[in-house]
Amino acid sequence: MEVIYLGIVLAPLLAALIAGLGGRLIGRSAAHWVTIIGVLVSFLLSLLVLKDLMVDGAQVYNGTVYHWATIGNLSMEIGFLVDHLTALMVSVVTLISLAVHVYTIGYMKEDPGYQRFFSYISLFTFAMLMLVMSNNFLQLFFGWEAVGVVSYLLIGFWYKRQAAIFASLKAFLVNRVGDFGFLLGIAILLWSTGSLDYEQVFGDAERLSGVSITVFAGVDWSILSLACICLFVGAMAKSAQIPLHIWLPDSMEGPTPISALIHAATMVTAGIFMVARMSPLFEFSETALSLILVIGATTAFFAGLLGIVQDDIKRVVAYSTVSQLGYMTVALGASAYSAGIFHLATHAFFKALLFLAAGSVIMAMHHEQNIKKMGGLRERMPITYWSALIGTLALVGFPGFSGFFSKDALIEAVHASTAVAAHYAYWCLLGGVFVTALYSFRMFFLVFHGELRAELSSKEIPQESPMVVTVPLIVLAVLSVVVGWPAIEPLLFGNFFSDSLRVLNHHDVLAIVGMEFHGPAAFITHSMATSPVVYLAGAGSLVAWFFYLKRPDLRDLIRQKVSFLHRVLVNKYYFDYLSEIFLLPRVRYIANVLWRVGDENIIDSRLVNGSANTIAFVSSVIRNLQSGYLYHYAFAMVIGLAVLAGWMVLRA
Amino acid sequence: MELNLPILSFLIWLPIFAAVIVLWLGSLDQAEAGKSVALAASLLTFAVSILLYTGFDTTTANMQFVERVAWIERFRADYYLGVDGISMPLVLLTTFLTPIVIIAGWEVIRAQPTQYFAAFLVLEGLMVGVFAALDGILFYVFWEAMLVPMFLIIGVWGGERRIYATVKFFLYTFLGSVFMLVALIYLYLQAGSYSILDFHELPLGMFEQLMIFSAFLLAFAVKVPMWPVHTWLPDAHVEAPTGGSVILAAVLLKMGGYGFIRFSLPITPDASQALDWLMIGLSLIAIVYISFVALAQQDMKKLIAYSSIAHMGFVTLGFFVVFSIALNGNGGDGTRLALQGGMVQMISHGLISGALFLCVGVMYDRLHTRQIRDYGGVVNTMPKFAALMVLFALANAGLPGTSGFVGEFFVILAAFQANLWLAFVAATTLVMGAAYTLWMIKRVVFGDITNKSVGALQDIGHREFGMLAFLALAILLIGVWPAPLVEVMEQTLGQLIEHVLQSKL
Repeated sequence: MEVIYLGIVLAPLLAALIAGLGGRLIGRSAAHWVTIIGVLVSFLLSLLVLKDLMVDGAQVYNGTVYHWATIGNLSMEIGFLVDHLTALMVSVVTLISLAVHVYTIGYMKEDPGYQRFFSYISLFTFAMLMLVMSNNFLQLFFGWEAVGVVSYLLIGFWYKRQAAIFASLKAFLVNRVGDFGFLLGIAILLWSTGSLDYEQVFGDAERLSGVSITVFAGVDWSILSLACICLFVGAMAKSAQIPLHIWLPDSMEGPTPISALIHAATMVTAGIFMVARMSPLFEFSETALSLILVIGATTAFFAGLLGIVQDDIKRVVAYSTVSQLGYMTVALGASAYSAGIFHLATHAFFKALLFLAAGSVIMAMHHEQNIKKMGGLRERMPITYWSALIGTLALVGFPGFSGFFSKDALIEAVHASTAVAAHYAYWCLLGGVFVTALYSFRMFFLVFHGELRAELSSKEIPQESPMVVTVPLIVLAVLSVVVGWPAIEPLLFGNFFSDSLRVLNHHDVLAIVGMEFHGPAAFITHSMATSPVVYLAGAGSLVAWFFYLKRPDLRDLIRQKVSFLHRVLVNKYYFDYLSEIFLLPRVRYIANVLWRVGDENIIDSRLVNGSANTIAFVSSVIRNLQSGYLYHYAFAMVIGLAVLAGWMVLRA
Repeated sequence: MELNLPILSFLIWLPIFAAVIVLWLGSLDQAEAGKSVALAASLLTFAVSILLYTGFDTTTANMQFVERVAWIERFRADYYLGVDGISMPLVLLTTFLTPIVIIAGWEVIRAQPTQYFAAFLVLEGLMVGVFAALDGILFYVFWEAMLVPMFLIIGVWGGERRIYATVKFFLYTFLGSVFMLVALIYLYLQAGSYSILDFHELPLGMFEQLMIFSAFLLAFAVKVPMWPVHTWLPDAHVEAPTGGSVILAAVLLKMGGYGFIRFSLPITPDASQALDWLMIGLSLIAIVYISFVALAQQDMKKLIAYSSIAHMGFVTLGFFVVFSIALNGNGGDGTRLALQGGMVQMISHGLISGALFLCVGVMYDRLHTRQIRDYGGVVNTMPKFAALMVLFALANAGLPGTSGFVGEFFVILAAFQANLWLAFVAATTLVMGAAYTLWMIKRVVFGDITNKSVGALQDIGHREFGMLAFLALAILLIGVWPAPLVEVMEQTLGQLIEHVLQSKL
């Protein structure tokens, strides 16, 4: 079995090295073939692993690949933990990666950095797989940072654009703020358990929940809560939760395929995955869970609102991603980990689909990204149109589509939760459903319906994208429709995750939801009868239809009525203002003061050269005594004798 | 395993002897031959030094490859050499970097090339001597003698303000060393020999320890350098030729760290414990304050120099945090983790800062400026070079998978066991280190070409690619698999920590 696991991670790494180091040698098509084969191998092997676990009932694998370092009794290892959660994540990651690899052939066709791009996305796949397959915190942190670096390289892929390299630096630094918390979380766990190994740390969780640590003199906190909150800070950056979400919309400066792969389907969900993986820890910290619930709910609703005022097609989808990540986070906070992971999986498909569809539109529009300049693409790009429609329906939660099952189950779970902030979260999520439908269909109508608003010459008339682009769209569209139906029962109410996730009995909200569950079809009817979710989504879609197709003239009027709200939204709640206009110049000012005043003036000029100058000054004074004139010396001698003689006389 | 071959003597004297030949060839106008001899000698030295690794017994903390003959019998000073897990990796670092530095200067140094290469060979021998010496006087001789070639390298082949920088460098380091000499003589008078290992076992009172600790502190803090005696470093780096900067950052700074772990901790454990708050405080200032200063730099070499100071803060933090860990920790191996972290950080910083200075050198050779604003968009014309430089920058920012991560990771994990807030402050390097390094990369490497001369740049050739690629491999190897390095130091550090935590009072 180990060989298979190694194969899963090493195939993309090897491909990345070949395409990256030998890219110029092997040429463009060899570069895409070698990386596609690498990811394909990885994907097929992960299906095999999934089958072994699900069909053949294989045992959970938890083993070491090699010893990284051993210090005293602390052994740090690189190793794999393969259970149902891992197998599901690995399959989703490699499948989306495969689709994106194929799609890239079309999207990056004319780019001079073709081989480099394939090398990066394969490298990313490797890093992501290391992250999800890890059985210890060291490797988790490696994968965590490695995906961040590849993301940094890919956001700045078009390195000539100032906006792109700015966005890449911003993404990296914001993620580093998260990693800062994450690393401290790991340090806490090592200190309190003496191990970096999941199994040992998890085994200690219950004991730790009773132990406290002195944060300030007189302020004692539960070690476990502190550790979980620190870890979650890492997740907040990676999974773009307010207020560390600011990097994700900017990351749209990167090429669209990686927006789909990294900034929608996989890397940004690493935080969700991590918290779910750590469920044996988080379960024992009510404080951390409540924090997660509040942050997630806030993100889900307020990031969604921002999607309504964006005009850049990718940024709409980006804010939608932030909002959906908020949904997953809420599920984690309500201890409905499996619902969070389920939504992660369905979201991976339909959001990757939406991004790739957006990319297809961008290609057709000759890299125009403003939806206000699009319109009427429905007839010209039928495949893109239909797949985008399917993606949008899945996102807003049309009954029967994958997104419906995952989102509805998630909301029901929060509804059933008795946590402190569960009420707030529930209302945020309901509001989010309406908002989601509104921004999704706003974008959909502006892009595909109405008249084309851009002025394009006859040569530039938008056309449907080539097969390498449309086939991944079709595959993802099919998946976006069908995966929910068969998956909901085993994932949420069965024992699929029984070997990976831990939920305490009094937290088990899904069990409450499950009592009403009698198959997917009954779930739909039950939901329509008892929950407002579907109607809210419908209302949002209707509003979008009314203002963007039926009566577009009313939009300005509304905007004037709520101009204050509109201004706040357009300025993205002033988060960017806070970080870039307020914070950055002050950091640079402090840096300059410390350098110019602290280092150069006080230490160097005053102390170092100052002491040298003092010595030089004193010696220059003393030097005057040595004039070289005999009579000076004789005079001094006489004076000296006189003083001496006088002193002796007076003393006598 | 006791080998009879005097490997350490060979590593010290072969480069010095070769330097004489190189100088002689230079005087015969055989500069090319001289350069070849220099390269061959440095490569041979490296090849022989590998024997230290392969023949090293990792199961013992004892000195290995020991050579001892009477030297100055009047003072019972011996020619006494040997290495343990602490010094052996540092010797290897020295012998690994010297050939790279010689290759780096191959086509670049036009004025008196043979003298330049000879200076580096002499320097190499003396640096190995510092790490291998087990006799106090022998150590002191190597320690001071080393200043001479470095002084020449900066003073002769340096930039415009080289005289100012050299004098500052010399005075700073010399001033510190004088106090160290006094301490060594005092220890000799107490112990009756100059053997450093005898010093370790010497019982000393608290006042004596404090005085000796302070004397050592002056010498070593200047070398590391620790805040506030660090201002010679940016000046020295800016004026030094590329090779000089590389050796300065990669090896010379390590002598400060080496001094702390070889002299201060084991000879004056109680004073170290009593003053650990000072050392930890200065280390944290180095990590935070200096990181801010690095952010403000406009000269690439200064930026990397300040980054060096911040990174060396982890070395001193790792070494001196052990007392608090022993006090507050969970009784596990946090102390060992801290020392390992400091040591790995030394080796890693040697490789990474060396690589970054080489990168700046590569650009400086082409455009003759080190100002960040004169660059921008280097990746457009030098893609191979840019790839390597970005890798080194990420390593400098402590990316997992590179050696830069390992030491910082160990030290932060260990520091937490001493105190939560200590780890909190130290971990800010994750953000700050990335900020100053990658901001420089953004302004220098990425972007469109705005400067015509950047548009005319030639990518690196085989010579430059080779030297950078070797460093890249070493950095990645340690990052992916630090076990071979950690294992070498494990016994020595284990024994050291036991010794240090045992009061001499």
